[in-house]
Amino acid sequence: MENNREILFKPTSGLLDVPTHYCPGCTHGVIHRLIGEVMEELDIVDKTIGVAPVGCSVLAYDYFACDMFEAAHGRAPAVATGIKRANPDKIVFTYQGDGDLAAIGTAEAVHVAARGEKIVTIFVNNCIYGMTGGQMAPTTLPGQKTETSPYGRDVATQGYPIRFSEMVAQLDGSYYIERVSVDKVAGVAKTKKAIKKAFQNAIDGKGYNLVEVLSICPTNWGLNTEESLGWLRENMIPYYPLGVKKDLSKEEAK
Amino acid sequence: MPKVVFREERCKSCGQCVIACPVKIIGFTDHLNEKGYRPAGIPAELMEKCIGCTSCGRMCPDLVITVYK
Amino acid sequence: MSEKVLMKGNEAIGEAALRADCKCFFGYPITPQTEISAYMAKKMPTMGRVFLQAESEIAAIHMIYGAAGTGVRCMTSSSSPGISLKAEGISYIAGAELPCVIINIVRGGPGLGGIQPAQSDYFQATKGGAHGDFHMPVFAPSSIQEMVDLIQEAFDVADQYRTPVMIMGDGMLGQMMEPVEFKESVSTRQLPEKTWAANGRNGRVNHNVINSLFLKSEALEEHNIHLQKKFDAITENETKYELMNTDNADLILVAYGTTARICKNVIKLAKAQGINLGLIRPITLWPYPAAAFDATIGNTKFGYLAVEMSMGQMVEDVRLSVEGRKPVHFYGRSGGMIPAPEDILNKVMEIVGGNK
Repeated sequence: MENNREILFKPTSGLLDVPTHYCPGCTHGVIHRLIGEVMEELDIVDKTIGVAPVGCSVLAYDYFACDMFEAAHGRAPAVATGIKRANPDKIVFTYQGDGDLAAIGTAEAVHVAARGEKIVTIFVNNCIYGMTGGQMAPTTLPGQKTETSPYGRDVATQGYPIRFSEMVAQLDGSYYIERVSVDKVAGVAKTKKAIKKAFQNAIDGKGYNLVEVLSICPTNWGLNTEESLGWLRENMIPYYPLGVKKDLSKEEAK
Repeated sequence: MPKVVFREERCKSCGQCVIACPVKIIGFTDHLNEKGYRPAGIPAELMEKCIGCTSCGRMCPDLVITVYK
Repeated sequence: MSEKVLMKGNEAIGEAALRADCKCFFGYPITPQTEISAYMAKKMPTMGRVFLQAESEIAAIHMIYGAAGTGVRCMTSSSSPGISLKAEGISYIAGAELPCVIINIVRGGPGLGGIQPAQSDYFQATKGGAHGDFHMPVFAPSSIQEMVDLIQEAFDVADQYRTPVMIMGDGMLGQMMEPVEFKESVSTRQLPEKTWAANGRNGRVNHNVINSLFLKSEALEEHNIHLQKKFDAITENETKYELMNTDNADLILVAYGTTARICKNVIKLAKAQGINLGLIRPITLWPYPAAAFDATIGNTKFGYLAVEMSMGQMVEDVRLSVEGRKPVHFYGRSGGMIPAPEDILNKVMEIVGGNK
C-alpha cells in the first residue's frame, strides 16, 4: 500500500527483525540499530562478525544479522582478537557493557587497544550493572545509589569511576577513540557518525577503534524514560565528557 | 505529506519517540498491544503536521517505526 | 622419506602442531612449557600463520575460542596453574562445541607449587576440566615420538567431534630431548565440513552463532543429551591403551606418561627377581580404558598397582574400572620427586610379599 512512496526511514536489515528482551526505553535497542544501519550502509553485513558480552546485551547474538559469537564475561576483546587474526579480511566488532569492559574485562579491553587490533568496540556505559539487577559498576558515579552502594558510592571505600576512553586513548595502539551519547536526536546522529567512522576504519585496516556510548538504564535507575535522559545529561556528561579522545586519521591526513 | 507507520505489536510504550518529536504529534494510543503495552501513534488528524524529520524512528529502540515521504 | 631429528619435547610439540596445519597459536609464558611459545613465535611468521602472545592464559583461551569458532585449526599451551585459569574458557569451548588442541605440561601443585614434573592435574583434566557436564579427550604420551604422533591425532579428533582435546605431558617430556620422526599424516578419518563456523555470512541464508547459552531448560537439557552422545561416541571409538606382559602377571602396574616409561624398567628389574609384572598404560586418560581391566582381571594374582607422580588421582579410575574384583594399590611421589624404579619395585615386593 506504500509501494510508491519514498521511504525516509525504516528498520535496518543489519538487524534481524525480531522483538528484543530489552526494557522499554533502553538505549541498547538504539545502539544495536545504529550498528545495524552502519553495517547495511557500508554493505558489510556479510563479512562482519560480532562478539556479544555477558550483560543485558548477552542475547545480542540473536539480534544482529551478521555472524555472531557469545563470549565469556569480559573476554570479548580476546575472542575478537582470535577471530580477526585468523580472518584478517573480516570486520570484527565487540559490543560490551560496563562490567564486561571495565571490570572483569579490563585487561582484555586495554590489551586489545595496546595491540592496535583492527577491530571496533562499542562500549555501552550506563553507570550500572543492569542484567544482574543494578549493582555498582566501575563507571558508577560518586554518590550514586545502587544495590551494592545503597548509601551512595563512597569514594573512600569504593574508589572512583574509570574514564575508560581517556585511559585507553593514551595507548599508542589506539587509533580512534570517541565518547558519544544517545540522550537526544542530535546525540544519536553523532553516535551513528562515530560508529560509521569506526567501522570504516576497520574496513580500511585501521585500529584500535572504540566508541563509548553514554546510555540510560531506566529500570535500575528507577526513573522513567524522560527522567533517565535528563539524569544522563545532568550527571553523566559532566563526569564523562563527550568528544574525540584520539583520532590518528587526523595525523595521517597531515 | 509524510506518513509515519507504527508496528504496534513491537512497541513497548517507552516514549522515546514522543519525547523526540519536534512538532509534538506523537502520543500513546488508547488500546493495548499483545504484550500489554500502550503503543505510540499519531492521531490521523495530526499526521499532516508531520515534517518527516524521522526523529521518532531514530530514537526508537524497537524497530517500530517506518517513515514515508 | 622422513628422517629422525633430535628435538626438545616442547619444540617437537610446536613442530608437530605446525605439520598438523595449526594456523593459530595463542599462549602465555609459564615454566616448563615456555619453549613452545618461543618455537611458534619463531616459525609461524615465516609460514604466514598467526602467533600471538596473549596478556594472560585467560585471554589466550578466549582467543582460541574466537579462532576456533571461525573454523580455523588452533592451539594453546600452558602448565597447571595456567590451565586452571583457562577452565572457564574450556567449558565455553566444550559448550559451544569448538575444536581446538590444548597442551598441558604438568608441574607440581597445588597453587604455585613447583616447576618440576608432576601428574597431579589428572582430576582436573579428566573430570571435565571445568564447570558443567562435559568431558574432553585427554591424550597422555610417554615419549616425544608418541607426543608428536598424538598431536596430529588430536587435531583430527577435535575436528571430527567438535571438541577441545588436551595433550597432557609433564615437565620431563617437555624439557628432554629425543630423536623424533615427523611422519606424513595418514589419517583415514572423514572430517566433516565446518558449516557451523561463524566466519562471515558470505551469502549464507542464516547467520551462524557460536554460543553455549541456552536459557530454556528444555533446550539446555537437549543440548547436554546431544553432548553426552558425542562423549559416548568418543569413548567407543577413541579409547587408547597399551598392554605389556599382562598374560599371566603376578601384579599389573597401571601408569601413564613418564611414569609408564619408568614402570617398563621396573618390569625388567622385577623379572630378575622372579616376579612377573604387567603394565596397563592408558594413552587416553579420558576416555579411561576400562576395557583394559576387563581384559586383564583374570590374569593378575595380586591385582593392580597404580603408580603416579601425584598423591593418588588416576588410582580412583583404576578402582572404578576394577569394580572391587581385585585389590588396587597405589604408589606415588609428589613435588617433582620422580619415582625411582627401585622404590616402585620395593612397593611391588611389599604387595607380592615373599610368596612367589
